[in-house]
Amino acid sequence: MTEASSAATVASATQPQLVIDNVFKQFGEGPGAVIAVDNVSFDVKPGEFVSVIGPSGCGKSTLFNIIGGLLDEYSGNVMIERERIAGPHKAVGMVFQEESTFPWRSVMDNVAFPLELQGVAKSERLDRAAHFIDLVGLKGFEKRMPFELSGGMRQRVSIARTLVSGPQILLMDEPFAALDEQTRLLLGDKITQIQQELHQTTLLITHNLTEAVQLSDRIVVMTYRPGKVKRVVNIDLPRPRTSDVVSSDAFGHYVAEIWADLREEASRGMQDSENMQRGRARRG
Amino acid sequence: MGKLLNSRAFAISTGVFTVVGVFVLLEVLLRIGAINKYIVPLPSQVIMSLERIIFEENIMSRVAETAYEMSVSCAAVIVIGVPIGAVLYKWVALRRAVLDWVAAMAAAPLVLAFPLFLVMFGRSSTTIIVMSVITGLAPIIIKTTEGLLAVRPVLINVGKSLKLTQQQMFWKILLPAAMPTIFSGIRLSWTFVLISVVGIEFLINLGGLGQLINDLAERYDLPGTYASIGFVIVVSVIFFVLLERVETWLRPVK
Repeated sequence: MTEASSAATVASATQPQLVIDNVFKQFGEGPGAVIAVDNVSFDVKPGEFVSVIGPSGCGKSTLFNIIGGLLDEYSGNVMIERERIAGPHKAVGMVFQEESTFPWRSVMDNVAFPLELQGVAKSERLDRAAHFIDLVGLKGFEKRMPFELSGGMRQRVSIARTLVSGPQILLMDEPFAALDEQTRLLLGDKITQIQQELHQTTLLITHNLTEAVQLSDRIVVMTYRPGKVKRVVNIDLPRPRTSDVVSSDAFGHYVAEIWADLREEASRGMQDSENMQRGRARRG
Repeated sequence: MGKLLNSRAFAISTGVFTVVGVFVLLEVLLRIGAINKYIVPLPSQVIMSLERIIFEENIMSRVAETAYEMSVSCAAVIVIGVPIGAVLYKWVALRRAVLDWVAAMAAAPLVLAFPLFLVMFGRSSTTIIVMSVITGLAPIIIKTTEGLLAVRPVLINVGKSLKLTQQQMFWKILLPAAMPTIFSGIRLSWTFVLISVVGIEFLINLGGLGQLINDLAERYDLPGTYASIGFVIVVSVIFFVLLERVETWLRPVK
């Protein structure tokens, strides 16, 4: 039995930490209404890395906002250890797609921000922040301002800022979307390393197939609008995992398998988008 | 070469040489009669008049008086304007109702209402300060509201995800994020205030440098008048240098 499959066995034996149960969200009313998320259900077990993947417009970001408590009005349940969440929950740490460091604070002050809010003594919060800055590989950049860092480094600052308050669940919305492929793969390594070191329960929202396979234990594939769960794929690649895994046959097999599902959805999305453009052009 | 051109020393020396160059050019144009000496005095005469202005016209106390009126007015526009801007950001209906009026206020020649203020506050520094504050308020209100409205939603979402209270959200995220725009408003407001203080001193013939300019102009002492205007420029430069320092200290962002 591989290390990964034994970890999966342990995970399956434990209770889910995060349960998404029949979540439904519709924007607008009447004929123009758009169903963004249609009765989506899945769960995430402690220490597990789950990705939600789907084409643009499948409701991934809506789901992210619902789980993060930024969208209140929806039906169904989002439960963290059997508690239904309404609004942002202290157990969930969010990393956003857009660059979200505070430009007026240094790297150290950015990362220490959540601890400052909690009233943690200065020396302790600097120590804890320094630990997470080191963890994301930014040791030596503590006094730098965000404008002095690259996009990838800034995103790592955001991740450290989220991790410093010790969230039970790390929720990330396409955190590497704005980065080039090579930086993305290397940051993937960093995320895998952190996740394994902290046994961090993680839910990643992404549209990037290789990223999802590289990082995840399970992948939830969504349909194009309305966003439903099409399939859940278990990724049985060995851990500890690095970006070297992308050259393995098994990796290619998973990518091909999920792409077969996604291709149809992405085509529908593209078709829909083109029809909308044509409609707009006709209306002048 | 490029490094030298971008250096601070090069910028400062270029500025100094430009001013000296303009003075020399003016001197020449005036001496050859290309510009009327009864409109613009010789720069050399302006420089010579400095000693007279400093010792006979009690310039330092006048500078102090103008600087006091400017300081109080400049502080007041921030203390009053930023909270009003924040209130207009928060209350959408109020913003829709009054923001256009505030913008119109910025364009209104409020200085013409000085007789009204003289009736209310008398011929005193209070009149100068109150009128200058009212004149300078509009830009800072507008820019504060604009800055707060332009805060990137993702920063607000970070605050929400960290369960910030409304007060924490304002002080820890909204205000610092809006600070560059608010400082643009402060710069505009202070420009209005500085013009207004000297202008009203001139108009009601009271106080510091504005009154001195008025006196010297009425005596037809052109070199003295221009030398006094030079002092107004010096005071304004000091105010804006201080503002720049404060801005850099508060937010060291490129």
